[in-house]
Amino acid sequence: MDLGPHAAFIWASYAIYGLVLAALVVWLIWDGSRLKAKLADLEARGVTRRSQRAATPPRGS
Amino acid sequence: MTQQSLTQRLANPTRFMELSGWILPWLAAAAAALIAYALYLAFFVAPPDYQQGETVKIMFIHVPAAWLGMMGYALIAVSSFGYLVFRHPLADVSAKAAAPIGAAFAFLALATGSLWGKPMWGTYWVWDARLTSMLILLFLYLGLMALRSAIEDDALAGKLCAVLGLVGVSILPIIKFSVDWWNTLHQPASVIRMDGPTIHSDLLWPLLFSAVGFSLLFFALHMKGMRNEVLRRRLESLTMAEVDRARTIPSASAAAE
Repeated sequence: MDLGPHAAFIWASYAIYGLVLAALVVWLIWDGSRLKAKLADLEARGVTRRSQRAATPPRGS
Repeated sequence: MTQQSLTQRLANPTRFMELSGWILPWLAAAAAALIAYALYLAFFVAPPDYQQGETVKIMFIHVPAAWLGMMGYALIAVSSFGYLVFRHPLADVSAKAAAPIGAAFAFLALATGSLWGKPMWGTYWVWDARLTSMLILLFLYLGLMALRSAIEDDALAGKLCAVLGLVGVSILPIIKFSVDWWNTLHQPASVIRMDGPTIHSDLLWPLLFSAVGFSLLFFALHMKGMRNEVLRRRLESLTMAEVDRARTIPSASAAAE
């Protein structure tokens, strides 16, 4: 593909675009996974939200 | 039973997590498909411009970035209004999630504009009204993020950021009309005009597909950012609950002794 004498500027623009958006996507996915893992850890230790406690019948009943 | 409005039902964080969990994959897939098609049009179908040659290909990403950089701030302003007036926490979640995404698109508009400016204007940067006002928009985004991270109290941070978000929205008409109000190196608007676009349809269609594709990507990223923020707030409240529980157990056992 011949993009003429200014090809470097065109490729650089698209490269920066791809890098920044890819970094944003990766950061958001990583952040979400990290938060989910921490929440799962807390819930596994029996820490629950008030709404969940209200919805769950007490043990032994 | 009280009747909830549609907005109230959708704005419930639990309902939002359910609904967004279902919508997000479809939104991301639609964004990816449209962006891929727009790139195909840009590189294999769109002809070179009669004046700018192949550098017009930069327009297909530069213009959507500039639009989305501005739209992100408009979203922050609307969310800030919703938070200040209706006190709904999801409005604050929306404002917080939009800031880094809007900042990324504002940065991309400046970076790609600079790379387009060098071969066309002979310089990477000039302090003209359009470029400078766009740079101020980027600083506003950075200011919002810095302000929020500097305040530990989430409620106070939300309120202060909402005020700054509403005050800062005045930059948007300045950016939009800067090319009309001042004599700038940047070209005037050629798509969103009262008398219709002045770009040839061969270049306009790839641009519109690109704009729609990146807009969908923006909304997908914003939705993901909001989901993360809801999880972060849940995590904080659970951590506080655990700390409270840890405090009460020793005092209760001491009382029993």
